[in-house]
Amino acid sequence: MTALAETGSEPVLTAPARIAPRPFGLVRHSLALAKRSVLKTLRTPEQLLDVTLQPIVFVLVYVYLLGGAISGSTEEYLQFLLPAIMVQTVMFAGMATGVNLNTDIGKGVFDRFRSLPIGRSAPLIGSVAGDLIRYVVAIASLLAFGAVMGFRFHTGAVEVLAACLLTVFFAFCLSWAFVLIGMLMRSPGAVQGTAFLILFPLTFGTSMIAPKETMPGWLQSWVDVNPVAQLMDASRALMLGGQLGNDVLWVLVWSVGFLVVFAPLAVGAYRRRT
Amino acid sequence: MVWAFEAEGLVKRYGKTTALAGIDLRAERGAVLGVLGPNGAGKTTAVRILATLLRPDAGRAAVGGLDVVKDAAKVRRLIGLTGQYASVDEDLTGTQNLVLIGQLLDLRTSDAKARAAELLAGFGLSEAAGKQVKTYSGGMRRRLDLAASLVGRPDVIYLDEPTTGLDPAKREDVWTMVRALANDGVTVLLTTQYLEEADALADTISVIDHGKVIANGSPGELKRVVGGQTVLVRPSDPAHLDAAGAIVAAVAGRKVESPARGVLTVPVDGDAAFTEIVQRLARDRIPVTELSLRLPSLDEVFFTLTGHHTKEDAA
Repeated sequence: MTALAETGSEPVLTAPARIAPRPFGLVRHSLALAKRSVLKTLRTPEQLLDVTLQPIVFVLVYVYLLGGAISGSTEEYLQFLLPAIMVQTVMFAGMATGVNLNTDIGKGVFDRFRSLPIGRSAPLIGSVAGDLIRYVVAIASLLAFGAVMGFRFHTGAVEVLAACLLTVFFAFCLSWAFVLIGMLMRSPGAVQGTAFLILFPLTFGTSMIAPKETMPGWLQSWVDVNPVAQLMDASRALMLGGQLGNDVLWVLVWSVGFLVVFAPLAVGAYRRRT
Repeated sequence: MVWAFEAEGLVKRYGKTTALAGIDLRAERGAVLGVLGPNGAGKTTAVRILATLLRPDAGRAAVGGLDVVKDAAKVRRLIGLTGQYASVDEDLTGTQNLVLIGQLLDLRTSDAKARAAELLAGFGLSEAAGKQVKTYSGGMRRRLDLAASLVGRPDVIYLDEPTTGLDPAKREDVWTMVRALANDGVTVLLTTQYLEEADALADTISVIDHGKVIANGSPGELKRVVGGQTVLVRPSDPAHLDAAGAIVAAVAGRKVESPARGVLTVPVDGDAAFTEIVQRLARDRIPVTELSLRLPSLDEVFFTLTGHHTKEDAA
């Protein structure tokens, strides 16, 4: 510690210079924290297994187990499945944000964030925004694997990009609900359990793995109002062509609704939780 | 006068548990306040209130004259916190950790990088700057943690048990840093379970138990109350225990305790008593396997101040 001994005469450690606050603090702080989250993800690639390998397993299971029965051939079923399962994949990635935050906020580093002169919501916004990288990885690996299996787009790059962006935006907004659960629950396991209770009716109460017409009437009514089903239909229309309808508009309305309701609730729960 | 920080009558309850039962703590600018107490005494709770992480149920606390509840945002510009557990990010490198904190403190990125490099050099971490913190040793983590709380050049720094879990050599490192901080005029609140540590670093020591301050004063004053030092004697032959006990009691003029089988301890006021005990044991030909002079342990301080041991409280 010789270096430190010298600091007595030459104050490296501290000096009275006060740092002046700069404008747009919340945006800058959230971005800095989002970068932290991205760096952490890239440094621990095993954390990306759930958005790379897991969706591929789902695709393989559905396509080879159900493809023949539902569409007559696995190739045709892949066309039907992939735009929809992309939605499920990204939503699951959004759930992981809530689970991870539940573990993270117990750690000392969040105490430090709370002792810094930054907005109370910045660490949450940073984590949720930083996890957008996971969505991108999820979509990229799923579409690449789909292409290898024989999936082909029937529309242009703009439409495909629109489908991806719409999915990411929806999952980002909905992930605030999982962040809220993450703030309210005691353990990551409890977060995951509760989140699945919400995710299953949302992702499986859709035409993701089978056409709606084959379902009983009550289930069809649910599919009609389920925003995830609308998002999957929009994604199919944007990737394969066909009638787009009002789905995009409704998905955007639902997304903003989720964001406006759950983001403030999640931030409030984070403030109360010490 | 304006205290660097000041807490008055702080109360904090968790359900039926009272963590703080009206605690007063204060320190002048540039002073080191040692808060000494066993596990569960309320040390961490008090620090968390002073660091704006917790709201008190009653009482008030201020840093630089600013209320920690009403002016929390301003207070956060004045303080640095190093928690009981390393509050740095394991997956990031040392540099990334410090740059992030600089950015959160509104430094421009280039300034944040310069400040990070300066602190890493000051704490002997330049070589490890680009490595992930998870590869650091315990001592390196503590140093980085301390560096992290200094990025914003705080007026007041809270060190919550900064040496718990460190080996003695690393503990000395941390002590050197704390002294360097005090020399630079930073006010330090240090919590510890070791009287030795508080004695080595603090200008004032507040002893707390069950969320209350039970003694307050300079290390010298405190040692006068609890007996400056303790003599420990372990006769080679347990048959000599009574004889040795009589000598020790006569010299110290205090009641002798037996904290373990075959061991006698007694508080003494100075080195002279120790020398006399040594001479009398030699004169009566009582061989010993252990004979030492040391500062009283926290448990002994507590026994003297409260009449009960810390371990009973912890249970």
